[in-house]
Amino acid sequence: MKQWRLILGIARNHLLTKMKSTVTASLGVTFGIGAYITLVSFMTGLNQLLDDLILNQTPHIHLYNEVQPSKEQPIDRYLGASGDLAQIRSVKPKPGQLKIHDALPILDHLKADPRVLGATPQLRAQLFYLSGPIDLGGVLLGVDILEEERLSSLGDYLVSGGARELAQSDNGVIMGIGLAEKMSLKKGDRVQVSTPGGEAFPLKIVGFYQSGIADIDNTQSFANLETVQRILGKPSNYITDINVKLHHIAQAAPMARELERQFGIRARDIVEANAQFETGTNIRNLITYAVSITLLVVAGFGIYNILNMLIYEKMNDIAILKATGFSGGDVQLIFMSQALLIGLIGGVLGLLLGFGLSQLIDSLPFETEALPTITTYPVNHNPGYYAIGISFALVSTFFAGYLPASRARKIDPVQIIRGN
Amino acid sequence: MTTVLEARHIDKFFHKPVEFHVLKDISFTLPPGEFTSIMGKSGCGKSTLLYILSTMDTDYRGELYLKGEKVTGQSNSRLSRLRSQHIGFVFQFHYLLSDFSVLDNVMLPAQKLAMKSREEIEHDAMEKLRTLNIEQLALKKASQISGGEKQRVAIARALINSPSILMGDEPTGNLDSYNSENVFQIFKRLREEQGLSLLVVTHDEDFARRTDRILEMEDGRIIRGN
Repeated sequence: MKQWRLILGIARNHLLTKMKSTVTASLGVTFGIGAYITLVSFMTGLNQLLDDLILNQTPHIHLYNEVQPSKEQPIDRYLGASGDLAQIRSVKPKPGQLKIHDALPILDHLKADPRVLGATPQLRAQLFYLSGPIDLGGVLLGVDILEEERLSSLGDYLVSGGARELAQSDNGVIMGIGLAEKMSLKKGDRVQVSTPGGEAFPLKIVGFYQSGIADIDNTQSFANLETVQRILGKPSNYITDINVKLHHIAQAAPMARELERQFGIRARDIVEANAQFETGTNIRNLITYAVSITLLVVAGFGIYNILNMLIYEKMNDIAILKATGFSGGDVQLIFMSQALLIGLIGGVLGLLLGFGLSQLIDSLPFETEALPTITTYPVNHNPGYYAIGISFALVSTFFAGYLPASRARKIDPVQIIRGN
Repeated sequence: MTTVLEARHIDKFFHKPVEFHVLKDISFTLPPGEFTSIMGKSGCGKSTLLYILSTMDTDYRGELYLKGEKVTGQSNSRLSRLRSQHIGFVFQFHYLLSDFSVLDNVMLPAQKLAMKSREEIEHDAMEKLRTLNIEQLALKKASQISGGEKQRVAIARALINSPSILMGDEPTGNLDSYNSENVFQIFKRLREEQGLSLLVVTHDEDFARRTDRILEMEDGRIIRGN
């Protein structure tokens, strides 16, 4: 029978009378776990930021018509299986429209799919921004701005002026910040755009867009889908791109292939679009885990040392306990519970320390041109890391305590008592 | 009446630093309520014998019976239990847990045995301390009391589980004559009032002469008193 109150009482007495060792050992755990929490929160926060910077600009699945040559040239059909060799020089892309055929039924179909969180239509128009004698080439994206804001992080990149203002305005535009600076435009100003056909159209600036990526900010603006359709003189079913957001990003690749087969259009999934980026993320995660594990292992060795010392100092006590009726197992439990108490106290303090430090980092100002919505250093307060932290504190103190404790179990009381 | 303790043909070897035959074919019995002392020169094996009899040392040949039950070959946890139930042990040095209070030291073996509630154990422990005239020390730390007092606390601890036999390894060896006499009187009273068997290893001839029976040892054998 195990008498937990008695065993914990003895363990507590040992810990309290060896306050210095207890505090040192607990601090070892505290700093290990605290550093782990801080580091992992901060690093994953940064990783998340970097990922978002690129990945948020990319929909899970992007449907569009790609300009490409026909896979099968007419001469191939003519020759058929005759075995003659055809050589065609200077193959040209197949002429076709950029518009997605039957875009509205496809949108309805996607929205009804249970895997899909949402699908938004876009109309991508190449046009010129007129500023005095200068024509600046650029892209105007016609979007359903409220849906975009709900499904993508577009809203995070809107400065001075929001999605709602655009939605309420018939001829409003949200300009890329770089483009606006080039033309010295302020909010509320009017800007003329002209189609490649030469028709000019006035738009009113309701806000600016700053993604942090100069290439985009210098060329791209947003307007309502209807506005762009009107500028181009196209009907309301004229849509060039459909962006799909899924519930689970892992389904992007298989679903993209499925959509390509079903609708005969190009479907590019997020993994394909950001292959090199995934590699970077994986490597950064690897570094985070390597450093965290090192920290935790170092803390574990500290505990091992101190428990060893504690048992050496308590050799007489162990012999006395054994001589007065405590079994080896009881003695082992006493020292194991000391180890786990150190782990628990140190671990909980470590979590608090880690939480405090990551809060501190979270409140440090971090302002950068590239990221308009970020004002402080990014920190990922994921409760999962706290769970890992406290579990590791307990597991490592368990192992660190196990060896010294089983040594205490094997101590022969007669040798200690007679040795004196 | 059954014997309290019986040893049959006990042999014990030390293997380090060289092979050494410490105890040679020791057999004897202890009847209940007898005050026995073991005497002999240093190194004759009397302490070694005592630790075997106390069941703490299990590395021997032969058989040992405690109140008619064979203890040789029992598991360690079973031995721990038997030991705390039936045997009280007093060492030459007091061997108290110095970081615990006197009361805690006395209570620990009973708490481990867990045959009584905490309140009963505390009551018993105070009772034992009172019998030994040290109840006023109950709440002091074991490291803060004098040598004679420590030995009395150790005796109280040995008595807490109401053992059948009390063993002592030179319990007066470290005490002045006043405290030695005190301990002897306590032992004697325990035997008379509670019928406790006592087995004490000692160097002190005066002490031994006043016991009921002296086992004299030489070179690993009992040469007189058996």
